[in-house]
Amino acid sequence: MTDTRQIPVAKRPLKWARVLDHTILILGSLFMLIPLLMLLQTTTTTDLETIKNGPELVIGTQLDDNFRAAMFTASGFSGENTGLRMLMNSMILGIGFAMGKIIIGMMAAYALVYFRLRFATFAFWLIFTTLLLPLEVRILPSYEIAQKLGLLNTYTGLILPLIASATATFFFRQFFRSIPEEMVEAARIDGAGPVRFFFDILVPMSQTMIAAMFIIMFVFGWNQYLWPTMVTTDEGMYTLVRGIKQLTQDLEGTSIPEYGRANMLALIAILPPVLVVILFQSWFVKGLTESDK
Amino acid sequence: MAQVSLNNIRKVYPNGYEAVEPISFDIADGEFVVLVGPSGCGKSTLLRMVAGLEDISEGALSIGDRNVNHVDPADRDIAMVFQNYALYPHMTVRKNIGYGLKNRKIAAAEIEAKVQTAAKMLNLTEFLDRKPSQLSGGQRQRVAMGRAVVRDPALFLFDEPLSNLDAKLRHKMRIEIKALQRRLGVTSIYVTHDQVEAMTMADRIIVLNQGRIEQIGTPAEIYHRPASTFVASFMGAPPMNLIHAQCRDDRVVTNGGTVVATSPISGPVTVGIRPEDVEIGESCVIPFTVDIVEELGAHRLLHGQLDGQDFTIHVAKDVAVSTGPTRMTINQDAVVLFNAETGLAL
Repeated sequence: MTDTRQIPVAKRPLKWARVLDHTILILGSLFMLIPLLMLLQTTTTTDLETIKNGPELVIGTQLDDNFRAAMFTASGFSGENTGLRMLMNSMILGIGFAMGKIIIGMMAAYALVYFRLRFATFAFWLIFTTLLLPLEVRILPSYEIAQKLGLLNTYTGLILPLIASATATFFFRQFFRSIPEEMVEAARIDGAGPVRFFFDILVPMSQTMIAAMFIIMFVFGWNQYLWPTMVTTDEGMYTLVRGIKQLTQDLEGTSIPEYGRANMLALIAILPPVLVVILFQSWFVKGLTESDK
Repeated sequence: MAQVSLNNIRKVYPNGYEAVEPISFDIADGEFVVLVGPSGCGKSTLLRMVAGLEDISEGALSIGDRNVNHVDPADRDIAMVFQNYALYPHMTVRKNIGYGLKNRKIAAAEIEAKVQTAAKMLNLTEFLDRKPSQLSGGQRQRVAMGRAVVRDPALFLFDEPLSNLDAKLRHKMRIEIKALQRRLGVTSIYVTHDQVEAMTMADRIIVLNQGRIEQIGTPAEIYHRPASTFVASFMGAPPMNLIHAQCRDDRVVTNGGTVVATSPISGPVTVGIRPEDVEIGESCVIPFTVDIVEELGAHRLLHGQLDGQDFTIHVAKDVAVSTGPTRMTINQDAVVLFNAETGLAL
């Protein structure tokens, strides 16, 4: 016979401080979420209803119509800038931007940390001071260069001028410096040259760091507005972030603003960065706080 | 397998600091040489120069019959075991051990066979698919050994490989490394600051101090016939007793007038006496005051004063001891005299 009596569990006394903590947190998250939910509601109703009644508590039937309009109907003259097209452009910008920054940053940090360069420290600080010169400051010369190189309305032009990154170089430099020197020495004795050491040892060891950088840089790239607005005039090259603006602007003079469609597109624009953060978040924390050496 | 020869090897850093003064010695084929000394004595620098991780400022280094001064570490036919093991954290044990072979463009099947052999030798077979983070300190140490063994090099280099292990494991690994080296017969250079490791593992010990060789010799020579007071005090635990004394009329007399030895020379000397070369008993003649008795189970250490100078005696466990005045005799064969000024053995 087994004893079925349960070991009495001490009931935790209700702590009012804890209740207060949670109330504040819940209120905070509602504060962030309600606007999104309101957006979501407007995507399920017709634009006419939205104008008449404002956001309501009922869920309408127009979700798929609005979705179709947002994704597949072009808003400009050329018929190229459908939501799907802009989503793709944003993806290319986000991924290209993140990858470019990671690759350039890693290689720069590798050179700075592992090679005996003259003025390496000076070079590093030089790179670091570029943090003081964001795109907004150098936008005219950058535009002129992109234009002269024929990069306007190309993905290269969209991505390349943005990828030199002091932030990524800095993070990778700090990370590489924390890798014990013996690792390089062991690799040297094992017959791994600089290239092989980089790809066989350093890149795999930096995985978490790369993931963390990817999240930050992807979101950063995804949210770029000024530069894409400058270099893309061809509607087929629009990114989501600038396209939404275009959408609402286009509708200002016409009869009814397309709330459902624009809001749907806004929600779609939020999704990829959110997904990236959710998928990579455990790596993100690891990459910035610890390293498996 | 190969003999190694260092000819006036010297290391000067760009800032002018001389880490290693010109040093020469030869290591015979299959010999196990231990470089020992306090931190900063240049032993690691010397090892790293042999490995090729540090440039040789002056002098010639040859491994086998080949001068390797300007040969890349990968091509010196050496393998090195590091203090923190330096295992590649993202690779399995199998890949860690095989990485050096893979870089040498050896066929995958052959690598696998060699890795298996090495793993078997080191009892690592069941861990081959684990990552280093899933292994204990001793197992990691063995993987580091495996990485060296698998290459079948001419020369093993060990850079304080046991200092990250706890005392018990260190003792075990000491024996394992020594046995492995015996079995493989590979010439080895082993760097440590632990004189017990040096004594127990070495065929020959090289004691270094401030970038200079203090003494080269077998463990017994180093222990019983230290060439300087530095060696005498560095090797042995507890170290050799060093007593200030004067030589006159064929006798060695302490400042308090006690005769501790005989010698034909005259002048001030430092007398070296190992703690175990002393016996105590009431019939003895030299007065000794016991301050502290250290009980070590198998034996005891008596710390006290000989004419006001610190002195330690090692006694067997069955000798009755108590604090306070007693008497002792010194085994005259074991007494070593040093020049009081230079510290060199006379």
